[in-house]
Amino acid sequence: MMEENEAPQLTEDEKKLFEDLMPEDLDEILDTGVNRRHFLKLLTLTGGGLLAYQAAAAEQVLTRPLSLPPEALPPSTLENAVDLSLRINGTSQKLTVDSRMTLLDTLRERLGLTGSKKGCDHGQCGACTVLVDGRRVLSCLTLAASCEGQSVKTIEGIAQGNTLHPMQQAFLKHDGFQCGFCTPGQICSAVAVLDEAQKGEASYVTGPVRLKAGAKPSPVRLSEEEIRERMSGNLCRCGAYPNIVAAIREVQSGKPVEQTWNFVG
Amino acid sequence: MATTHYIGQPTSRVDGRAKVTGQAKYAAEFNAPGLLHGVVVSSAIAKGKITHLDANEALQLEGVLQVFSHQNRPDLAWLDLSYKDMTAPGGSPFRPFYDEKILFNQQPVALVVAETFELARYAATLVRVQYESEEPTTSLEANLDDLYTPVSFKLGYQKPKSRGDFKAAFDQATTRIESEYYHGAEHHNPMEMHASTVFYEENGSLTIYDKTQGVLNSQHYVSMVFGLSKKNVRVLSPFVGGAFGSGLRPQYQLFMAVLAALELKRSVKVVLTRQQMFSFGHRPVTMQQVAIGATFDGKLEAIRHAAYSETSTFEDYVENIVNWSGMMYSCPNVEQEYKLVQLDMYTPLDMRSPGAATGVHALECAMDELAYKLNIDPLELRLRNYAEEEPSEEKPFSSKALRECYQQGAERFGWANRNPEPRSTKDGTALIGWGMATGMWDAMQMPTRATATLTSDGKLTVGSATADIGTGTYTIMTQIAAEMLGLPLENVTAQLGDSSLPLAFVEGGSATAASVGTAVTYVCEKIQKKLLKLAQAANNSPFAKAKLKDVTFSEGYLRLRSDATVAVSLTELMQQNSINTLEEKATALPKLLKQSKYARNTHSAVFVEVRVDEALGSILVTRVVSAIAAGRILNPKTARSQILGGVVWGISMALEEDTFMDHTYGRFMNHNLAEYHVAVNADIRDIDVIFVEEQDTIASPIGVKGVGEIGLVGVSAAVANAIFHATGKRVRDLPITLDKLL
Repeated sequence: MMEENEAPQLTEDEKKLFEDLMPEDLDEILDTGVNRRHFLKLLTLTGGGLLAYQAAAAEQVLTRPLSLPPEALPPSTLENAVDLSLRINGTSQKLTVDSRMTLLDTLRERLGLTGSKKGCDHGQCGACTVLVDGRRVLSCLTLAASCEGQSVKTIEGIAQGNTLHPMQQAFLKHDGFQCGFCTPGQICSAVAVLDEAQKGEASYVTGPVRLKAGAKPSPVRLSEEEIRERMSGNLCRCGAYPNIVAAIREVQSGKPVEQTWNFVG
Repeated sequence: MATTHYIGQPTSRVDGRAKVTGQAKYAAEFNAPGLLHGVVVSSAIAKGKITHLDANEALQLEGVLQVFSHQNRPDLAWLDLSYKDMTAPGGSPFRPFYDEKILFNQQPVALVVAETFELARYAATLVRVQYESEEPTTSLEANLDDLYTPVSFKLGYQKPKSRGDFKAAFDQATTRIESEYYHGAEHHNPMEMHASTVFYEENGSLTIYDKTQGVLNSQHYVSMVFGLSKKNVRVLSPFVGGAFGSGLRPQYQLFMAVLAALELKRSVKVVLTRQQMFSFGHRPVTMQQVAIGATFDGKLEAIRHAAYSETSTFEDYVENIVNWSGMMYSCPNVEQEYKLVQLDMYTPLDMRSPGAATGVHALECAMDELAYKLNIDPLELRLRNYAEEEPSEEKPFSSKALRECYQQGAERFGWANRNPEPRSTKDGTALIGWGMATGMWDAMQMPTRATATLTSDGKLTVGSATADIGTGTYTIMTQIAAEMLGLPLENVTAQLGDSSLPLAFVEGGSATAASVGTAVTYVCEKIQKKLLKLAQAANNSPFAKAKLKDVTFSEGYLRLRSDATVAVSLTELMQQNSINTLEEKATALPKLLKQSKYARNTHSAVFVEVRVDEALGSILVTRVVSAIAAGRILNPKTARSQILGGVVWGISMALEEDTFMDHTYGRFMNHNLAEYHVAVNADIRDIDVIFVEEQDTIASPIGVKGVGEIGLVGVSAAVANAIFHATGKRVRDLPITLDKLL
């Protein structure tokens, strides 16, 4: 009933990786999923350099959220426990949460979806941005209990399987990040910005917005100024802003945006 | 490395896919059944002592395991030396939970450990602490009577060095300026809050995921303070969500998570709050005086640069603030002074371009003031005083393409079209201003070790215990290794952020690419030699007489340089010799004797356009051209990002960042991201980066000089100078907020 604890389905690539690296544990893994012991063993086998891996399969396995058995959380430690059902990245989830638990902590601590980041826990930085019913929200200011019946999309659900979302591709191409910590929030925000502009939602810098009675707003053309304004709720301390703007422009226009650096001498 | 399939190419980050899919895991993102959560309780006073700490109410909650404080701390190391991390300044490092004394506001006084984060956070509010408070001393300006000259040792710190006779030369100079500059405190505020997750293993050993710029530094600290063998302490940091200096020293969340894990024999995670991110080090408040005397045609005759800054009551934090005034320009008489005041605050902490960010700001603003007094173009004034050799040590530069930076930057920016008259350019209600400045930083190479393992399927792994704090270390290690052995990028894996890997220094000071890059180059060279030997062992080998310089490695083949068709595939070579893996280790030491004959620095010329609303005083930096001379650029895509980041930091420093101290309570008031302003997307416009490459194998054997800091140095001065050009108003206090223009 708690889908978060089901054994993960291994892809063929992943199965092969485990066969190669840890044949003696394969049966157990197929049976009960990847546990912490397997994870640490994998780390040891790969020398701990987790994630520099270019091999997609290894990357996925090494970074797969560790499943937590339900008994890990004694119910008595939950204050006014709330039963909750919602969809996360297309999958229905039923879980019991502390009434004080934010959506962000639910994703990170209970569901192993650590892609959404905690940068301030006060709605001041945007690192925790996720899409709830298609709109961007700050998951650190959203109580999990308020998400009953809603559909949540996180950075882990943006790509289509192994195919990256065009926004992810563009961030990669334009180096729209350095440390990567604000990136999931930036990308979720950017995806939402395109949708908001398409629906004609105005920003602070949008021109005249007065409509005739009954008229529908027309889509907003996303100038660089519009992008900067609409993305200003997502801080990037590494200062990748020019690259973030370039990435969003490229996805929005469908035309390649050139990088500008110059070598002289 | 004659061929450049990968080095110098704009390769996208090899860890980029993990970052854009949310799969990259940072220190607080490792989990296990039964992981406990720790929440820190911070002191409400800045000076005094705890008279009573009552945790009973918190402990009565089911699921709260323990509340740690000075009252129940176990015996730990007692020598100061045990608490000194590799980057500690002189003095006695702060010891969490040592006793009842309070040395700074927000000092951690208790750690609440519970089964869930929600519970720990709530329980932390139930810990009752009573204090006996003393009046704190936290103002630099009000305590200049207590200035003293520090005798501190700290990695990279150099004592200021005067030369000639400043006073006599200054008195004789035909043109003189004297100015004072002030800048407020700044905090690093990486996006990731400091966190440590400590796994308590079955055998009692610890596996620690820590937010750090140096896993070996954290490992060293934990093993010394808690008396553990390094064998039993493994520290990992595969991804670091920014640091900018905040991760140079092990911060107190590491101490607390380890303490709790050892005492409870459970795995524990401690994450600081954003408020607590303002509790362990900052770029110190500094007051500077600069006096320059020059001839009527702009030749510098005398420079005096004094800096007065702050430190804690327990450590002497020092940085190179005034030193740059002796190094940047040719000038015979230089006087330097650097003094500190001890205040009731935490020890300041190196923050991106420490010392230079503020020291070069003052010097470069003063140069602009001098240019106006002399009626000489600011760029021309700098060219007239160009230091062909480093003047303070009287040594040649290993390389210095600053002249080309000036020229290329000015050309791209259109500097020649500048009307020098302040307030001369308007666009509607906006005043437009153009300013420029020079930047300078050190080029350093630190001793570093690396390993390489080549397997018979043609896969190569290289590793070193360094860090990638967003700088691109994974990527350049991969590029260098792929280049050296002629393998596709996807066949190369770079490992870092693991204390079980070979020695590397903390990532800092812009030294990583030169240091780790050289170690990776050397270790791959060793693999090359082994492969060549294997090729030579075959009967009638066409490589029999070949030396390493006679062969190349490309597309997975070892080839004769003279005839590329004579080739053997690396995988076949290993399989034929029944070798599954080739493993090598290498140590890259800087060639100190050779290096000591040269000054080794990076340089930059930065040009800035600002737009100031005359009625409102609001300032926007509309255009920046940053021309960088930093040796060889390994990857223009990631290097450009470093420079962009530095420029954004410079704009943010010039216009926004300021942590305000409430001197009554000795507490930083705006300790959150809503009130501590950093540049947001809307604050940043066009930034143009130019790399003027230099050939320099003295700074490092691979020609790399480092780009982490140089992008920031000088930017705030160029912004301030542009604001003067726009408005005619010389603002000498940072940040330049609109109220200062009205």
